[in-house]
Amino acid sequence: MKHLIQISDLSEQEIDELISLADDILQDSARYREALRHKTLATLFFEPSTRTRLSFESAMLELGGNVLGFADPNSSSATKGESVADTIRTVECYADIIAMRHPKEGAPLAASMKSRVPIINAGDGGHHHPTQTLTDLFTIKREKGRLTNLVVGLCGDLKFGRTVHSLVHAMSRYDGITFVLISPEELTLPDYLTEGPLKRDNVRVAATNSLVSTLGELDVLYMTRVQRERFFNEADYVRLKDSYILNRAMLEHAKPDLAILHPLPRVNEIAADVDDDPRALYFRQMFYGKIIRKALLISLMRNYECLK
Amino acid sequence: MNIDSINSGIVIDHIQAGNSMNIYGLLGLDKLQSSVAIIKNCKSRKMGRKDIIKIDGEFDVNLDVLGYVDPGATVSIIKDGVTAQKKKLSLPRRIVNVVRCNNPRCITTTETALDQVFVLADDPPRQNCGFVGDPGTRGLYRCVYCDAAKG
Ligand SMILES: [Zn+2]
Repeated sequence: MKHLIQISDLSEQEIDELISLADDILQDSARYREALRHKTLATLFFEPSTRTRLSFESAMLELGGNVLGFADPNSSSATKGESVADTIRTVECYADIIAMRHPKEGAPLAASMKSRVPIINAGDGGHHHPTQTLTDLFTIKREKGRLTNLVVGLCGDLKFGRTVHSLVHAMSRYDGITFVLISPEELTLPDYLTEGPLKRDNVRVAATNSLVSTLGELDVLYMTRVQRERFFNEADYVRLKDSYILNRAMLEHAKPDLAILHPLPRVNEIAADVDDDPRALYFRQMFYGKIIRKALLISLMRNYECLK
Repeated sequence: MNIDSINSGIVIDHIQAGNSMNIYGLLGLDKLQSSVAIIKNCKSRKMGRKDIIKIDGEFDVNLDVLGYVDPGATVSIIKDGVTAQKKKLSLPRRIVNVVRCNNPRCITTTETALDQVFVLADDPPRQNCGFVGDPGTRGLYRCVYCDAAKG
């Protein structure tokens, strides 16, 4: 792998290798303190996302590398109409690796076609966000000890939620996975997923519109935000946004070792009284996100050095 | 050039009536030095009306895109006045700058210098979905940038 544009760019083996490298970084972070010394990461955020950008930047800094870039498109020449290709040709003169977020779908792929240095897709519109999926996988692996034989509940906006789509893709490759799809009728998973990866023999699928009635079955609960910007009208948004809210009282029905994940930011789909429950892992998930991004930066830089 | 018979070249027959000029452009026949005859709206027992393109002489042209644009068309390679080979059209794996992506969120809508690249979504095509070797069907293509489908 030279670039990481979507999660399917990675084989199961490559994902396993990233996870074990991340495990090692967790165990012995001192050993990696200089791993990317004298290397520079450019974070090109054509669309603001403070959380993702900080995660990449802190990952790079903790590896002894440098960081440059822009956090919002108004401070870049993209607003003057410069093409992605031209921006990349400029930035690759100053950086060894690029993390790019862009509101248009496919922009990081277009960038990777022109770039000498590795490109990481840090989110392209509602399309792909592979480092979020790596974060989710690493969190599940750390907290459950395995990526196989799990009952995974996916709750909320399954129609537009790209993080859910990639997670379904990635996890359906493992054995013994049962997905429980918990969503209102209007926000169910798109056909290309139910007809594609979920049709595989090793995957079981159940669908429901009630969170509380299935909570007791789950090993992992992946909550998603119902995003205002994905809706065409306000009335639909208001009607659906509160449909699937997790609160502390509901957790009485859940397994004691349930892992509650959320890609963040949340709006109100997880009540604040859940945060102190030991099963609430969404803040630790961000920490894991930084670690797996460290593993990814190291691994892409290694590959790049080999190819050079 | 006698348009009734060519000595050596290619005849593309059974083109959907009205589609020949489109094909002429997509195959880049305008760039050829050869004589090209476009016969429009001739009577066909099978199709009612059809178009035919005849290209005279030796040349190099990539016919892959034809399988996408007009999968019902037939291609005959003519040598020494006789049909030397009938080519079976298949769905190309990849089509470049033939169709445009309609997804308003796609990067190609703002960056028009990018090639419009679509790839066959079912590769290899599933046996039961009807378009394997089934003339007249197109298969499903997806934009490489945004995955939007094009039938
Ligand atoms: Zn597109």
